[in-house]
Amino acid sequence: MIRLSLLASLFLSTSAVADEIWVTNEKDDTISVIDLDSFEVTRTIQTGERPRGITFSKDYSVVYICASDSDAVQVMDPETGEILYDLPSGEDPEQFVLHPDDRHLYIANEDDAITTVVDTKTRTVVAQIDVGIEPEGMAVSPDGKIAITTSETTNMAHWIDTETQELFANTLVDSRPRHAEFVKDGTELWVSSEIGGTISVFDVATQAEKAKIEFKVKGVHPDRVQPVGFELTAGDTHAFVALGPANHLAVINAETYEVEDYILVGRRVWHMAFNADRSKLYTTNGVSGDVTMVDVASRKAEKTVKVGRFPWGAAFRPTN
Amino acid sequence: MNHYYTAFKAIALREMLRFLQQRERFLAALVRPLVWLLVFAAGFRAALGLSITPPYETYITYETYIVPGLCGMILLFNGMQSSLSLVYDREMGSMRLLLTAPLPRWFLLFSKLCGATFIGLLQCYAFLSIAGAFGISMPTVGYLAALPALLLAGIMLGALGLALSSFIKQLENFAGVMNFVIFPMFFLSSALYPLWKMAESSELLHDICALNPFTHAVELIRFALYAEINLMAAVSVFLTAIVFLSIAIWGYDPSRGMKRK
Repeated sequence: MIRLSLLASLFLSTSAVADEIWVTNEKDDTISVIDLDSFEVTRTIQTGERPRGITFSKDYSVVYICASDSDAVQVMDPETGEILYDLPSGEDPEQFVLHPDDRHLYIANEDDAITTVVDTKTRTVVAQIDVGIEPEGMAVSPDGKIAITTSETTNMAHWIDTETQELFANTLVDSRPRHAEFVKDGTELWVSSEIGGTISVFDVATQAEKAKIEFKVKGVHPDRVQPVGFELTAGDTHAFVALGPANHLAVINAETYEVEDYILVGRRVWHMAFNADRSKLYTTNGVSGDVTMVDVASRKAEKTVKVGRFPWGAAFRPTN
Repeated sequence: MNHYYTAFKAIALREMLRFLQQRERFLAALVRPLVWLLVFAAGFRAALGLSITPPYETYITYETYIVPGLCGMILLFNGMQSSLSLVYDREMGSMRLLLTAPLPRWFLLFSKLCGATFIGLLQCYAFLSIAGAFGISMPTVGYLAALPALLLAGIMLGALGLALSSFIKQLENFAGVMNFVIFPMFFLSSALYPLWKMAESSELLHDICALNPFTHAVELIRFALYAEINLMAAVSVFLTAIVFLSIAIWGYDPSRGMKRK
């Protein structure tokens, strides 16, 4: 009996520390927590209205959530799921990025055409920077010196000097830029354009466009190929790009900028997150309301699990 | 016992040799499902809609969906072709020679069935290899797990062919088999569309498809290709095989089937 209970407690403790993927469901006002060992939803946590962007602090002690229709960035205790407090965020925060200093959040305020910088320690707005209309994509360079906001309607990437909190460059991209990432140790900036159907690659030193990646999915009308979120594999060798209503991920060789593969996932694939060793990728499929697990090495979709309605953002949480 | 073995070997080998000599038959057996896979399925990529049903754990392309159905198609055509050869044998007189062997009639038929099924298996694996080369692949263990499923399905469909051949008196009548057996069996099954999709258009159509033994054969193969067993399909295919084989044995019973001729 003792042995049995020991085994049971061992099992319970093992399952309690499985890594997790946190997914925001924008229509349900919830977060679905997926246990990566069982690949099942183990917790559903209530949030503010229309949660979209989600990111953890460096030590994973708190999770930041863009509750867009609540006009707040909520700070949650990931252990208890309790909302600790709201950060001032400006109106309609959609996406944000945490500065490498683990302290400043750069938030895109879609309705106000501004980027708000918030100090998460003092819970105050440090700066508000005028950018283009409907800002969405946010990125900060690994050295923390440059922040990027992409504006959906102005079709630009706005380059912000984080020392002065002022714009120092604006570069045109294709129609409706959605997501931005610094890659290859911050030497390149990638920006996805939803309507343009492309990813623009910029040289960070000169802010000049050095490549443009286009997509063509067999059997899918070009209008439906709409790149949105993307993530780079370990070593930044390949990028996985969510193609929205094309229901596919594209796999790009980050050296040659060639598309090597397409992987069928759920409907309107939007954003994604890797596991700890980046061997698995988890995509949020908005319309089908599920998350697909993709094996990075074999480039195959392995399993899909139902979450809430219209899953949007995803973030990885290690628990070991 | 030795007689049994000799007869089995002779019948199965004859089936094999006949197949090897008809290269165009092998080609046709492969081209038919490949046209479905690479031409038909390419135009119907969106036909499946998006829904996850077992044994699939995530979204699949239409090409992936129809592979088990096309394996079933290969076995169905192979079973019918084998029975066609039996009608030919009957017309040519070589069947009388076979049936005069001093062995039970059921054993001779079973030997013929085994030979034909083996050929069907070869065709299926050749098809699966080509599909794999085009990137339409299953889990590796699935190819092994599919062997007993393909075997059982092959025997059931071969037995159906045997049963039909016992009632077909002339080679010309075989066209009727195509129209009234192969096509309805194939189209009224889960080979091309899942049953839930059928139910969307007509409940009656869905029920007919659910009763079709070919549907069970396809589902048995589908689950096996993902290293899973569909017990209901397995039992159903097994029982149907026994029924068809019994009809064939009854049809070829010297005191019944042949006497009528």
